Amino acid sequence: MNLALRDVRHNLGRFVLTCLGIGMLLMIVMGMGGIYRGIIEDATLLVDRVDADVWVVQRGTRGPFAEVSRVPPSLQHRVAAVPGVVSSRDFVFHTIQREREGKPLRIAVVGLSWPEDRGDWLPLVEGRPLAQNHYELVADRSLGLPLGEEIQLGRERYRVVGVTTGMLASGGDGIAFATVRDAQAIQLELSGEAVRLEREARRTRARRGQLPLVQPALAERAGSPSASIPALPSQALTAVLASVEPGREEEVLETVSRWSDVTGYTTTGQRDLLLMGNVAKVRAQIGLFRALLTVIATIIMALILYTLTLDKLHDIALLKLIGAPNRVILALILQQALLIGAVGFGVALALGSWLFPRFPRRVILTEPDLVQLAAIVVAISVLASLLGIWKALRVSPNEAVG
Amino acid sequence: MTATPPTPALETRQLTKVYGEGNTRVVAMQDVTVRVERGEVVALLGPSGSGKSTFLTAVGLINPPTSGSVWIGGELVQEGPRALTDLRAFRRRHMGFVFQKSNLIPFLKARENVQIALELGSLGSREARKRALQLLDDLGVGERSEHYPTELSGGQQQRVAVARAIANQPELILADEPTAALDSNRGRQVMELFREIARQRGSAAIVVTHDHRALDVFDRIYEMEDGVIREGQDDLHTRAKPDPPPAT
Ligand SMILES: Nc1ncnc2c1ncn2[C@@H]1O[C@H](COP(=O)(O)OP(=O)(O)O)[C@@H](O)[C@H]1O
Ligand SMILES: [Mg+2]
Repeated sequence: MNLALRDVRHNLGRFVLTCLGIGMLLMIVMGMGGIYRGIIEDATLLVDRVDADVWVVQRGTRGPFAEVSRVPPSLQHRVAAVPGVVSSRDFVFHTIQREREGKPLRIAVVGLSWPEDRGDWLPLVEGRPLAQNHYELVADRSLGLPLGEEIQLGRERYRVVGVTTGMLASGGDGIAFATVRDAQAIQLELSGEAVRLEREARRTRARRGQLPLVQPALAERAGSPSASIPALPSQALTAVLASVEPGREEEVLETVSRWSDVTGYTTTGQRDLLLMGNVAKVRAQIGLFRALLTVIATIIMALILYTLTLDKLHDIALLKLIGAPNRVILALILQQALLIGAVGFGVALALGSWLFPRFPRRVILTEPDLVQLAAIVVAISVLASLLGIWKALRVSPNEAVG
Repeated sequence: MTATPPTPALETRQLTKVYGEGNTRVVAMQDVTVRVERGEVVALLGPSGSGKSTFLTAVGLINPPTSGSVWIGGELVQEGPRALTDLRAFRRRHMGFVFQKSNLIPFLKARENVQIALELGSLGSREARKRALQLLDDLGVGERSEHYPTELSGGQQQRVAVARAIANQPELILADEPTAALDSNRGRQVMELFREIARQRGSAAIVVTHDHRALDVFDRIYEMEDGVIREGQDDLHTRAKPDPPPAT
């Protein structure tokens, strides 16, 4: 006869409440672990998904995600010529914050190298990848931009042609993919008035300075679009990505490192930059909090299970009186603790699976994390039982009398 | 257990129990030497605080005496505070308890309370279940078998407790005021039950009671006063006048 189950059956209400309480507690622990994973996953998502072996960025910077990087457009051709490189492409990344329906809308804009990269690798849930050079966006669902929506960014209107899921930048902002040209335009193109003001300022500078006296053509051109002024070449790329023959990454990095204006990273190097840099503190913070929460959950669970055993001491004395061996008493306490732990874990998993997707940032429950938490729960249950068992083994059967 | 010279169900020698020390020192039981034969049903009388429960729990191997020894079924099991066998296993195999409060396990139904005792006595669960139901039927609480103790009346609880106590056919049944919560009719019924069980199964029973109207059920009467036991004659009037001390 299983005593643990019979006790549960008789005190079903208390059991359910206990499991619910412990389940919620475990859900928080679980969620904290999920948030931790989410931060790591989001931080390295782009690096992992963009199919590149080597990232070439502005010299001395940890770009393009950890800090701003600017490289000349011609770099793509230079990189393509490096032995071992299969192909190279432009990459643009920047974050903008605009207003939409009265609320701030933060978009991480990623420029894809048209026409080599149309975003066929994107996890689309709706629509299609980019199909033309201009005025199209593939937006992440988290941005709240529905398929077919047109949005004004800078001077142009862009149409959402595809919707992805789970594509977030390390800061948690949803990513919108456009062609490199469009991405540059979104970031750099100013409103008509701003352009007029900038040109006027340039003309004033030209009139005052000495340069136009030596080079009259410069004064003439001061009012033209900035791209046509050769003294100010546009450096609007963020990075150049290279696909490299397998095993030749180091060789390519070696070559690139000899150039005085850029620095190269492997994909692993980029991951490390992100994890050590961008999210290191958040990660440490969440990690510590998670550890703390686990300890607290342990203590609370231990107390609950211990109290449950204390409540049963009289019954245990009675069992001893009628000659129940220790193994029966041990099983009663241990099985019940494990049952509560297991049901609590199940409640946590069910509640979490329902609740976490509704969080603004990703909460990722990975199997190893869940297994680890399950192991912790088992350990807690056993540990807490030991306290109770220690007490139970000491109770005298004489206490059942009276 | 079936030796030719009949061994007594219970024998104690000079059982003494001292609680506390110094100012709080109480000699609850002093030099108690008794012998109860198989099939015998013995009443234990005495005012409150005279040491009846102390004696019963010492003999029940749940409250070790300060000194003295306990033989059960001819086996020396307790010598002073020292246990000479696995007491819990011994209780399981050879003893049954009934107490004033029913002392049923609250989270087990009536049938399960009896069944657990049978299963602890290493009966298979199906067999134990059948036997438990049979016992409860015998005791007239068969139709209450699937109820929790709290759903039973005091008398029904006591019957279930008795069923549990006798389930494993113990050599020794110890009952401490089992009828205190019952009216005298039902009280007497329980006493007669012990009588019957003792006869049928050859076990001995020691019953602490205040109910003098049921004393005729018993084979012998022990009386206790200030921790000292003596054998009484049989009834109220013998108790009233101070007897000459028994030859010890
Ligand atoms: N656990 C204990 N600690 C100290 N004194 C006790 C304890 N149990 C009983 N006593 C004392 O021993 C004496 C006998 O008690 P008890 O055996 O319960 O008597 P009865 O059952 O006849 O009423 C009483 O004076 C009681 O106060
Ligand atoms: Mg008493």
